[in-house]
Amino acid sequence: MGTYLWSRIAVTVPVLVLVSALVFFIMNLLPGDPAVLILQGQSASSPEQVERLRKELRLDDPVYTRYGRFVAGAVQGDLGTSVQFKRPVIDIILERLPSTLQLTGAAMVFAVVIGFSMGVIAAVKQNTWVDTAAMIFSVLGLTMPIFYIGLLLILVFVVQLGWFPVVGGSAWQRLILPAVTLGFVSSGIIARLVRASLLEILRQDFVTTARAKGLVSWVVLWRHAIRNTLIPIVTMLGLQVGGMLSGSVITETVFNRPGVGRLAVEAIMWKDFPLAQGTILFTAAIYVMINLLVDISYVWLDPRIRYG
Amino acid sequence: MAIVQTRSAVGGRALMAATHSRGQIKMLARELQRNRGAMVGLIVLLLLVAMAVFASIVATHDPIDVVPSERFVPPSSDHWLGTDKYGRDIYSRIVHGARISLMIGFISVGIGVLAGVPLGLLAGWAGGWTNALIMRMTDAMLALPGLLLALSVVAALGPSLTNAMIAVGVGTVPTYIRLVQSGVLSAREHMYVDSARVTGCSAARIMFRHVLPNVAAPVIVVSTLGMGGAILAAAGLSFLGLGAQPPTPEWGATVADGRDFLAKAWWVSTFPSVAILVTVLAINLFGDGMRDALDPRLRRR
Repeated sequence: MGTYLWSRIAVTVPVLVLVSALVFFIMNLLPGDPAVLILQGQSASSPEQVERLRKELRLDDPVYTRYGRFVAGAVQGDLGTSVQFKRPVIDIILERLPSTLQLTGAAMVFAVVIGFSMGVIAAVKQNTWVDTAAMIFSVLGLTMPIFYIGLLLILVFVVQLGWFPVVGGSAWQRLILPAVTLGFVSSGIIARLVRASLLEILRQDFVTTARAKGLVSWVVLWRHAIRNTLIPIVTMLGLQVGGMLSGSVITETVFNRPGVGRLAVEAIMWKDFPLAQGTILFTAAIYVMINLLVDISYVWLDPRIRYG
Repeated sequence: MAIVQTRSAVGGRALMAATHSRGQIKMLARELQRNRGAMVGLIVLLLLVAMAVFASIVATHDPIDVVPSERFVPPSSDHWLGTDKYGRDIYSRIVHGARISLMIGFISVGIGVLAGVPLGLLAGWAGGWTNALIMRMTDAMLALPGLLLALSVVAALGPSLTNAMIAVGVGTVPTYIRLVQSGVLSAREHMYVDSARVTGCSAARIMFRHVLPNVAAPVIVVSTLGMGGAILAAAGLSFLGLGAQPPTPEWGATVADGRDFLAKAWWVSTFPSVAILVTVLAINLFGDGMRDALDPRLRRR
């Protein structure tokens, strides 16, 4: 177990370096001068001002020097200073982080609960209308633009039914619709995966054996079948986190939630280059770390990995 | 497949190869015709393309014409799908938006294929350091959620429709590199590649005449399906205000226009959303059909 854990952690460090380098180089090597962009945002840009800002941000250094400086700062928790707020980027991100964590956490719970139950029901009732309905629901999740899901929920539950207040309300009331919106896509994907892997497992010998020795069908389902579907599902969940981080950017915009995703979009709109760069790199790092956690959770889910 | 390829490689008979590929296209068409979902998808797509090409004839109004006296008109005989806060006709905006969305799909996927396929071929064929360098960059790009990559491109270039297309396209490059590289790795182990080399074919000829056709099927499937994803992603960027800028009648941008007026004018956001949904669904149906017909290995159970 120790070896597996350490090898996973050891692999994550170069991935983190590569990912951050990639984003940093994209943002700094593409044509488009951060100094010009920032000054456009401030609606004033004489050549002298551009020159002064370039000096201030030390943009004349080669890009690898700047990347090195950025990483050296980042490991000490310094992601630069926002042009808009004149405050450290990391402070602004940390203020916005709880909102995004609540949203993605709640969305994940929704996606797992709904997706899992739909997948199990669809597999057990294979080729009935329940199965068809669950699969149509899942396809809709994949083809509907996420902002439409959100707007549709607002239209039905806020405008028509009035179940949620337009503005204000408790933290829970403000969380439910965004979480359902964000979780909808993943719940469809999870349902599909659970159904497929369960159908495969239900055909295997040990399930037939369990049935033959007279176990009640739900015991067979829970103890024998579902346990074996967990690994692909956790892997899928890890991948879904990426989709959710992307989705949270749009969901936070639809529901006006002041989260990290919204912050990235605002930073780009305000042409606040250091803030945009810091937010995107911070999110990327979180994503890599979550995938590490997923890998580590295998140890707990599948004893074969621990002893193998 | 491999046998036929060997024969055409050794014999070098262009005629045989041509007959072979024409037969393949016929077979593909027959497979697709049998697939009801794929045919529905194809018909919807053809209608959308016709709508995009003849937009100025199909539309009933000017898509960006501001008519202050006709703000928020509900769907009616004059404005089939209603009007927005500037009195612009939603139906006409959707018709013209089809042009933009289809273009986004083609161009973004085009960027992905044009950059990804050569890089994948190079990595798979050259091996060694070249392969390691290209594949580690690919891993890094795949380790990032697509929208983050797109956001970093837009942050550097500034928000616009063109930059959104570039951003979405860049995000799809690693998928094609991965796909082609693994295809090349398995293809180069085959007999027909050795045969071609023995008969004195140059590396470039082997690559383009013998290896590329064998990795083409998955690329066609993934790029067809990828078009739906590209349209969704670009619509998302435009919805955020980071893609198409006003008054462009892009679908995602039109949805954003209506989002503050849901209670007053539900139609502004609803109809362009449905247009996106229908387009992506049609592409997915058609793409699934292509996959089943072209690539038995990818076939769903």
